[in-house]
Parts: sequence; C-alpha cells; structure tokens
Amino acid sequence: MKFEAVIGLEVHVQLATASKMFTRVAAGYGEPANTLTDPVVLALPGALPVLNKAALDQIIKAGLILGCSIAPVCKWDRKNYFYPDSPKNYQLSQYDQPICLGGAVEIELPGPARNVMGEHKKIPLTRIHLEEDVGKLTHGAQDTLVDYNRAGTPLMEIVSEPALASADEAYAFLTSLRLALVHGGISDCDMEKGQMRCDANISIRPVGATRLGTKVELKNLNSISFVRDGIAHEIRRQLAVAAAGGTITQETRDYDGQTGTSQSLRSKEMAHDYRYFPDPDLMPVRVDEAWLAALRATIPEHHFDRQRRFMADYQLPYTITSVLVPDRGLADYFEAAARLGAAPQAAANWIANDLRRELAAAKLPLAASKLHPAHIAGLVSLVESGVISSSIAKEVFVAMFQSGEPPAAIVDRLGLRQSTDTGELEKWVSAAIAANPKAVAEFKAGNEKALNPIKGAVMKASAGKANPQRVDELARKLIG
Amino acid sequence: MSTQPDLNLDYVANLARLALTEEEKREFARQLGDILHYVEKLRQVDVTGVEPMAHASPVFNVWAADVAGPGLSVEAALRNAPARRDDTIVVPKVVE
Repeated sequence: MKFEAVIGLEVHVQLATASKMFTRVAAGYGEPANTLTDPVVLALPGALPVLNKAALDQIIKAGLILGCSIAPVCKWDRKNYFYPDSPKNYQLSQYDQPICLGGAVEIELPGPARNVMGEHKKIPLTRIHLEEDVGKLTHGAQDTLVDYNRAGTPLMEIVSEPALASADEAYAFLTSLRLALVHGGISDCDMEKGQMRCDANISIRPVGATRLGTKVELKNLNSISFVRDGIAHEIRRQLAVAAAGGTITQETRDYDGQTGTSQSLRSKEMAHDYRYFPDPDLMPVRVDEAWLAALRATIPEHHFDRQRRFMADYQLPYTITSVLVPDRGLADYFEAAARLGAAPQAAANWIANDLRRELAAAKLPLAASKLHPAHIAGLVSLVESGVISSSIAKEVFVAMFQSGEPPAAIVDRLGLRQSTDTGELEKWVSAAIAANPKAVAEFKAGNEKALNPIKGAVMKASAGKANPQRVDELARKLIG
Repeated sequence: MSTQPDLNLDYVANLARLALTEEEKREFARQLGDILHYVEKLRQVDVTGVEPMAHASPVFNVWAADVAGPGLSVEAALRNAPARRDDTIVVPKVVE
C-alpha cells in the first residue's frame, strides 16, 4: 500500500515589544535570571494584568500580512494547568475567539535547479491567537530550576491546517513565514533565542484516503533545518511501523537534532483538561476599520511579490533576486540605486556579489556601510558610459567601499579614466603588434582568436585603461 | 448540603497537583458542592435574549502603551521562593 504524509504546524512566535504582554516590566532575552519580573509576572496577590497595545498592533499586522480575517471582537481566556513554568497556574490565552482567523502562508518549493524558481503554493492557516509565554525550566538531576524572565512575553501561536505533504514543504513554510514576520517588524524570529518555536503534528494515510491517520506530535524542533530533518525522520518511522503491519500510537515525541533520533515523551495518563474560561480581569478587544486601515498602511510588500516584481520590472535573474529579496535592507538598497538611474542588472550584481563580499570580509552590517546606493549608481554609469572598464571598476569598488569617496573622484585621483586618445592607443597597439608576429600571422590566416594576445598586451601596457572596443578596432585596422 | 453527583474530587485534586487526606477531601467536597449549588441557582435565571458576554461591563480596549518600566529586584522576586540557587527558584524535578 502506498502512503502519504499529512503535516500540520503550530508555530509560536515572540512579538518584538519593549514590555510584556500584560504588564510593563521589560521583555528581553539573555538577561540574568529573574531580573525581568514584577508582581503581575509572579502573580502576586492583587496584581492585575493590562494589555500591551503594541502587541495587539503586531499580531493584527501579522494577520493582515498573512491574509487572515481579523475578528471584530476578541477576548481573553485562562488556560488552567499546574506547572512551575506558570506562576499564576494559568496561562492567559485566547480560546474560542482568536484575533486572527484563516489566512495562508505562500511557500516556494525547491526548483528543478538552483537558478530556477520552484513551484509556489499557499498553505492555509487555521488561526493565530495571542497569549503569554511561560517561564524557562532547567531540569537537573535532582531538581528543576525556574527563571521567570520569559514569563509574560507576548507570544502568538500560528496554527496551520494539516495541509503540508512533506518535510520540504514544512521547511519552505517556516522559511517564508519567518521572512514575512521579520520584514513586517513583528518578530526577529531567532530560533536559537527561542523567539520562534515549532511543533509538528504528523500522520500518514493510504494515498487517496480522506480521513487523517493517528497523529504524532513532534516537539523540540529548535531550528528550521531540525524541523525538516525531524519531520522526515518521523515520516520514515511511521512508514516503517505501517510496513511491519503495526499501528501508530498517538503520542508526543521529542526530536534530537544532534543525533537525528526521536523518543517518546512519557505520556501522562490523563488527557489535558485546561478548563478554559474567560478571564475576568481583562476587557475584550474591539477592532474597527480605522485601526485596521492604519496598520494596513505599515505593511511592507510581500517578499514573493517583491521577487516577482524584481524579475519582471528589472529583468533580474531569479538567482540574484533570491539573494536580494530575503534581506529587506539589501533589496531596499538595490531599489534606491535603481531609482538613482543605475542600470538594474549591473547594480544588482554589484550589490549581490561585491558589496556582500566586502561587508562579510569587513564584518559590517549593511547599515554601517560607507558605500551608499549613490556610489553604486555612479559606478555603474561610469562603466556604461565607457569612462572606466569593468576590471578597473572592481578596483574602484574596493577603494570606495573603504573610504566612502565618490567613484568619479577616485577615478580622477588615481588617473583610471579609460584612454580613448587615438594617438596613445595607436602607440600601444603598434608596439603589441610588433611584439607578437606569430599572433599577427595567425590572425591574417583567419584565426580570430589570435587577436586576443595582442589585445591583452595592450591592456597590460595601458594598465587596463585602454578602451577594449577601440583597441579591437585599431588592431584590425593596423594589421589589415 | 449534599455534594454534587458529577463532582469528582480526586480528578480536580489531581489537576491541581494536590494530595488530599480523606478528611480534606470530605471538607473540600462539601465546599465545592456549595459553590456548584450556587452556580446551579444562577443557571435557573432566564437569559433568553441576553447576548453571551466576556465581561459584565461593556468596556473594551483597556490597554497601555508599550513602554518598559522598572521591575522587581532579584532579591524581591525570590523572597517567597521556598528554595533558590543561582538566582533561580528550585522546585522538585518535574520531568522524568
């Protein structure tokens, strides 16, 4: 029997806010243990929660980016459970009235080759709701240590429909979701810092079946690559169980990315019973059209829309757009250079190759670059108008990256202007012809390529300043 | 007052991670039973035509701007902790 996999993802994303979800103590990562608490975080008697307006803005913005419908009214519920990661003994969340419903994540599957765009499809979302993160537990041999710094951080939970068919699709889903949220300024989505976390529900069923198989929940997937590897591993495990005539047990498994293995987490005998009920301390939220319109105005162009536009409007190859577009700063930089009149393909090449190489070598972020879009536009136009050759341009690029000096100034200061002075060119070309009698003879015998050593000699003698086209014309004329 | 037939005190105690003595179970069963009887009384109110609500006051959008303020010192935060180590709260091991 042939089987197919069905995967649904639950992605938790911390919102980039200064303070916590329901109180104003600072939110943050990497601070000393238990330094980001206050009476609300610790659930001291009498402490009352107050919503963070920015967190609401952020989640609604995320919903708009992902095409969700935004509920006109939503409320807050208590998810009751007793565990030391939550000092209140309940987590504030949204149960039956989430703020965002529906929506989809557009994904790109691997293409037939690296330089060819892959197939795109939309993976539908069930909902996105807002809640608070919980404290961090560190389990030792004898006891468990609790740090409440993370408790109360604004957290959104994005739930996909069981609509992903492979580990590659899950990888593409997270990659695209992450870009959309980072570009929207909603979260930094750093999985190493736990700002984005993913659980996967995985089942298999005979191809063509409509009912879902028994699902296994995979936890602890703490990088996008581990998500892909963990899901691929779990699908293989389930297929092996099915092939051996066994049945899949509903369970939660922990995937270890280092060893590439998973193990069952001891299942509690009792099913979860969170006894949700509306939180009486928080007022519901009403979202009107004016609020939505204000947020809609802040949404950046979707990365896939931008990529398609770069390919269509600027005639950029797919490979270059896949370098520029994921980095919003770099793509903005490119568009600024193009707006200054730079030939788009040349500008994109300088930015995607040379600028990135120099930034990496200097360990500088783009924002700290002394080289601005105007430099790129200037350099491209110097090459296009024949003032400098493209090999000289490489030299100018490195110089202006280091000093921030405008390209034309560097060209003048170092005397790099391409020579079109016929007298000077003739001198170089005649000398090259005299020095290469064999090449001249071969060229006369009809070998076009024999002209190359002569042109090379001229470029060498002129230190790259001779205009290649003029050299070619002159050599033909003088030999002929 | 008699206890509710659908009140499973062992289940509730387990969810709350409480180990109760038989005497405590009898006492809490009585108290929770009283609460359920009270809720039962509320249930008798005719709410035909009343919209479900999440809050008794018709107030919406109570929030604060996202401006970080001061929190508690570690010392103050850990004052109620029964045990502490490395500025964290020590609890019995919760995973196996």
